[in-house]
Amino acid sequence: MPATANGAVSADQAASAVEAVMQVQQSGAAGQGTSPAGGAAAVTLSEVSKVYGRGPSALLAVDRLSLTVAAGEFVCLVGASGCGKSTLLSMVAGLDRPTAGTVDIAGRRVAIMFQEPALFPWLTAQKNVELALRARKVPAAQRRKASAARRRKASAVQRRDQAAALLASVHLADFGAKRPHELSGGMRQRVALARALAQDADVLLMDEPFGALDAMTRDLLHEEIERISAERHLTVLFVTHNVREAARLGDRVVLLSSRPGRVIEQYLVPRTGPRRIDSVAVAELAGTITDRLREEMRRHDR
Amino acid sequence: MTASTTKRAGTAASDLAGLDSLELGPARSPRRIARLSWSATWPKLLAVVIVLAAWEVFYLINFHGDTADHLVKGPAAGLANLWDQLQTGLLWQAIATTVQTAVTGYLLALLIGSGIGALVSRIPPLRAATGSIISGLQTMPSIAWFPFAIILFGENQSAILFVMVLGAAPSIANGLITGVDYTPPLLLRAGRTMGLRGIALYRYLILPASLPAYVAGMKQGWAFSWRSLMAGELLVLIIGHPSLGVLLNTAQNDQDLTSAISIMIVILLIGIVVDMIFTKADALVRRRRGLLVQES
Repeated sequence: MPATANGAVSADQAASAVEAVMQVQQSGAAGQGTSPAGGAAAVTLSEVSKVYGRGPSALLAVDRLSLTVAAGEFVCLVGASGCGKSTLLSMVAGLDRPTAGTVDIAGRRVAIMFQEPALFPWLTAQKNVELALRARKVPAAQRRKASAARRRKASAVQRRDQAAALLASVHLADFGAKRPHELSGGMRQRVALARALAQDADVLLMDEPFGALDAMTRDLLHEEIERISAERHLTVLFVTHNVREAARLGDRVVLLSSRPGRVIEQYLVPRTGPRRIDSVAVAELAGTITDRLREEMRRHDR
Repeated sequence: MTASTTKRAGTAASDLAGLDSLELGPARSPRRIARLSWSATWPKLLAVVIVLAAWEVFYLINFHGDTADHLVKGPAAGLANLWDQLQTGLLWQAIATTVQTAVTGYLLALLIGSGIGALVSRIPPLRAATGSIISGLQTMPSIAWFPFAIILFGENQSAILFVMVLGAAPSIANGLITGVDYTPPLLLRAGRTMGLRGIALYRYLILPASLPAYVAGMKQGWAFSWRSLMAGELLVLIIGHPSLGVLLNTAQNDQDLTSAISIMIVILLIGIVVDMIFTKADALVRRRRGLLVQES
């Protein structure tokens, strides 16, 4: 779908995009979230359940949820509060274990971004990114002949150059010496993105990363994450409360039921051209998803 | 990448650069820094003037014109006495001895307190066993340890160092333990997903995150060790080893109140200087982390 000069999508294009939106799954099937995109699976959750606590106070957060995310796919998870979205990400990141079922990332490297940038406040932006490289043991190989001090220095130079390049990729080349508190919220999230990229991950997990940002910054960061994920062929699992954001970014929007979390609906959003959050196509899809979400919330009210 | 995608990326980069410069405030000018330094200095100078004025008023009301050979002198005579003492080698020798003991005792306490803090904060059974003992030791007046220390080591410097370590190490250990406890869970999650584990997690994340509380513990530890040292020098008199405590004791024996005040001023000044160093270090740590409210 060709875009107009300013990136907007024409009315005809929007209408065709709305028609192209395909509802691929109806509720009732207990979470058979296969990837309509096809291709090799990057993340596979099979019958995953998560229970917090024990005995009568035990809380079932996720219930037999299955979801497959293809390599290079951008999947947005949407649902009301307490539907287990963040729990799912934690399990994929290996920070939490499922009570039942399996999470398979096929040996891929995973990085995670949170709503808060979670940057280390005692380090500059540059050093935050360098630390991620150091944790990844970059550089991997060093010439044996060189002295230990020389090897250390060479490693430090290599990390510094890589970190600078990563900061430049998020348009923060001039801000490497700044500490997190000296940067704006949007800039901090871009440093966090650079740090996540430094982990050389195949799968990027994003837990409402733009939730605390103003609308203008969020729009710009949507374009950034879209560009970077396409350039690096990243598989992205993006959690958000914002239905429009999901419709704007996702190749697929997965709607989860309220507690316990299950896949109740999926919406395939063909990538036919550049999208804008205020475009008709995105608004239409967001409206459809919101209606379904409200229906789900009413079900809980009864 | 198509031409339109490249153009959009370029526009987004330019928009972001514009937004970034709008959101970042102007840099501090040197003139503003000088103004802030002065605003931090004048209250201290004012405090000194107030103390000297209060001393003078007290002297004028109670003793001025009194022909009796009283002990209390006004600030002018007191400061003159201090100046005279500073001309002699004895006071400087005493200052050197006391400061040397202070540094030795404090470094020992720092080493032992940090070691204990690091172990206790990471080993839960050790924490359960010793956590309340460390807090209890912190509340124990250091002077209560001296009989024990003198019996154990005799009347020598080891006894003083022993009490200094017991006074300061619990505060330092507690500072580190508190810092480790308050490491933000989100940072730990971020560190773990980055691949930081074991010693690397401790070195690159937990220890730096603990630094503000650790520095606060170090500052408190210094205050305790300095008090212990002063008490020790007054109680444990080492012959041929002049220290500020020994000089103070001599002034007491000679009923020389003016000399006693002079030595107390020196003790106070050393305490203030070291406290200022810790306060600066604390402010630096907090400012670097954005934890300090910016002065307007």
